[in-house]
Amino acid sequence: MMAHMKPSSGAHVGANNSVSHIMWQVMLALSPATAFGLLCFGWPALNLFVITVLSAVAFEAFCLRLKGRAAKPVIMDGSAVLTGWLLAMTLPPWAPWWIGVVGSGLAIILGKQVYGGLGQNLFNPAMLARVALLISFPIEMTTWANVSPLFFSHSPGLVESWHITFSGLDNIDAGTGATTLGFIKTEFSQNRLLTDILKDYSGFLSFVGWSRGSLGETSTLLLGLGGIWLIRRNIIQWQIPASLLLTVALLAGFFHAVDSEHYAGPLLHLNSGALMCVAFFIATDYVTSPNTPTGQLVFGAGCGLLIFVIRTWGAYPEGAGFAVLLMNSATPLIDHYIKPRIYGRDRKGKPLEIPKS
Amino acid sequence: MLSFFKKPRFRGGVHAEEHKTATAALPIADNFPLPKKLYIPLQQHVGKPAEPLIMVGEKVLKGQLLAYSQGLISAPVHAPSSGVIVDVNDYPAPHPSALPIRMIVLETDGKDEWVKTQTVDDPFQLNPEEISLRVGAAGIVGLGGATFPTAVKLNMGRENHVDTLIINGSECEPYLCCDDRLMQERAVEIIDGVRLMLHGMTNSSGTNLHLPEGGRAGQPGMKTERAVVAIEDNKPQAYLAMLAAAEPYPTVSVIQIPTRYPMGWDRQLIGYVTGKEVPVGCRSSEVGVTIHNVGTAYAVHKAIRYGQPLLGRVVTVAGGAVKRPMNVEVPFGTLISELFEFCEVDKAQTARIIMGGPMMGDSLPHVGLPTVKATSGILALTQSELKNTDEQPCIRCASCVSVCPAGLRPLDMANNIRINQLDAAVDLGLKDCISCGCCSYICPSNIPLVQYFKYASGEVVARQQAQHKSEQTKRLIDARNARMERIARQQREDELVRIAAKAERERLKAEQEALV
Repeated sequence: MMAHMKPSSGAHVGANNSVSHIMWQVMLALSPATAFGLLCFGWPALNLFVITVLSAVAFEAFCLRLKGRAAKPVIMDGSAVLTGWLLAMTLPPWAPWWIGVVGSGLAIILGKQVYGGLGQNLFNPAMLARVALLISFPIEMTTWANVSPLFFSHSPGLVESWHITFSGLDNIDAGTGATTLGFIKTEFSQNRLLTDILKDYSGFLSFVGWSRGSLGETSTLLLGLGGIWLIRRNIIQWQIPASLLLTVALLAGFFHAVDSEHYAGPLLHLNSGALMCVAFFIATDYVTSPNTPTGQLVFGAGCGLLIFVIRTWGAYPEGAGFAVLLMNSATPLIDHYIKPRIYGRDRKGKPLEIPKS
Repeated sequence: MLSFFKKPRFRGGVHAEEHKTATAALPIADNFPLPKKLYIPLQQHVGKPAEPLIMVGEKVLKGQLLAYSQGLISAPVHAPSSGVIVDVNDYPAPHPSALPIRMIVLETDGKDEWVKTQTVDDPFQLNPEEISLRVGAAGIVGLGGATFPTAVKLNMGRENHVDTLIINGSECEPYLCCDDRLMQERAVEIIDGVRLMLHGMTNSSGTNLHLPEGGRAGQPGMKTERAVVAIEDNKPQAYLAMLAAAEPYPTVSVIQIPTRYPMGWDRQLIGYVTGKEVPVGCRSSEVGVTIHNVGTAYAVHKAIRYGQPLLGRVVTVAGGAVKRPMNVEVPFGTLISELFEFCEVDKAQTARIIMGGPMMGDSLPHVGLPTVKATSGILALTQSELKNTDEQPCIRCASCVSVCPAGLRPLDMANNIRINQLDAAVDLGLKDCISCGCCSYICPSNIPLVQYFKYASGEVVARQQAQHKSEQTKRLIDARNARMERIARQQREDELVRIAAKAERERLKAEQEALV
């Protein structure tokens, strides 16, 4: 007879996936857009990115220490790196170092660990941190650097980048400007019309990502490709991105058709701000989104609706962060009301009737 | 296009790595040496255990009845070979607990001498009732793993109006391929068994013993019109063999179904083949469908044509630690250790022994356990084949929700069970869980979800029993208190009567004395 073994229930075999595998795949999907963002905004952006990710990991380790748990295995699951990474992507590329550190602290401590760590949080940590930063430090969070690629003569060099990151921009107006959405919002308040406002706008450049914006959110193309790859790899499902983008496009299309001088068109909406990043990488966060396909459709549509409403009528030019947080808070409700029908029961949980024939 | 919309959908499920190639190409081995001793459990089926009718020391022949079935849902047990009964006692059961259950120990004499069997020339002339009687007497139970007595199912088929008999040849569990080989090698016999089952389900008298409310009554002369043999499309050889064997019979059709676990779940298959959904708490016959396994059909063929009871079965022995993986025909009661010796299992490499498939099978604590009617496979898996058990927090990825064929939300159920909210888990559908293992299989955090659900189901029953017991105790105590009170009251009243009588007596006495 062989030695006694611990009894265990099926399944005895398993699919070849793990939490860290999922996290690294998401990071892989993010990397083209991130690399492009770093290229566009140069050394200061790289500084900010590294600081944000490292501090996220440091805060995670600190919290685990406080809990008396071994930090290394938890950090190796990659969730803290991913949170820091996503946060860095949504920050203005030339933001000072402390924005990254404070943001990571907010994301990891307030956004995740106070709830009990991975899988327990109600709100998306990166979005929570971004919104908190935006409300607390509006100047730093809305100072958008011009596109100034690495190794170009006008772009800041390595030494200058440290200066920008650690002691701030000397002359704010020289190297910065407004994002497309921000520009439209301020010009609308001057009673200008859309065709006039968008004289210099190039849809193609902003599709590629050659425009002012958050560190990793400018390239619609690369974010979209990364997102579609994730769907193909079955890491995320299509429901949330599709319903989110479709809702924004339909709403924008409708209002643009009604009044094309006061409402931006669907392509401009899809092409700007945080929309692609949010649709594929933020709203699809497992922890804070519903867990049924129908619930995910509702969630995505809700996010899209809120984004459009805030962008069009709200005080902020971009509302993706607020929209996601609001829908995050609705997730438990959605999961409560939208659930799969159990086999042999009706939607209310009563056994089915035997069909008469 | 229309057919695309009409096609019933498959819900949930996973596609696990099959691991069938090592064994599916080899013919069923029939050269397994007859074991010296067979340990035959009296309970190898759902229902009441069989009752032994032999004595220790008695000589028995192969196929002789050892224990008769008790009650409506039960099955008899026969001698898998000739020899002497040496013991009827408790031995470890082929179950994760290996707790002792009653077994008959048969010491074989090596002659394999048959008892006189009853054959018929044309079984289709037999009464349908006679068919199920013989099937029941042969100890045939569902060989797909459920081990429900087949005769009971045939009876239910007669008593309800069943229009479709589905023969389950999906064999969706990884590693297992005993049904695949059986279909490849014995297709004609299986199809014959299917036709006999169809005949056995014909209602000739119009009795409706178990007719549920709302069910459709079987009428005299009502027949089950068609049998559908459903085979997963990863078994093309078996499909072709069965197709050829079924060709002469218009009532029996053979179809291919997609390869996806758990296709072999009866309700999934019923949904796929007929589009019908079986309501919770109902038997499939109530919606007009009965489902049997291919192995069961083969056993029916042998029982009716040759009068041979169910004495053994084809078992898949596979897994990374098995040097000679194969399908082998063994008599019931063969110890797994002997089977492993025959297939050259490397003990040092064996990390887990599993009876059944790797998705739903049970892990066994050791190899000193017998094979039974439910044993479709014995796996010896190495550590690298097993699922990683390093449990991580749930990230709510909802993979478990999307793979659940029953439409449950395993993550929410597990979260409630973790905090001991078993009632909440029951409300979420704990009792509708079929333990198919898809959620555990897919979970990236390696959470043993099925383990949670099995634990919770057991715990719910235990709590109900405990509650029932405490209520019962309370009732008994209340009754006792009431009784004691009544007795005390009675005594008090008797006492009062006695005192009154005494006073009366004394008064009378005093009066008499006064008169005197």
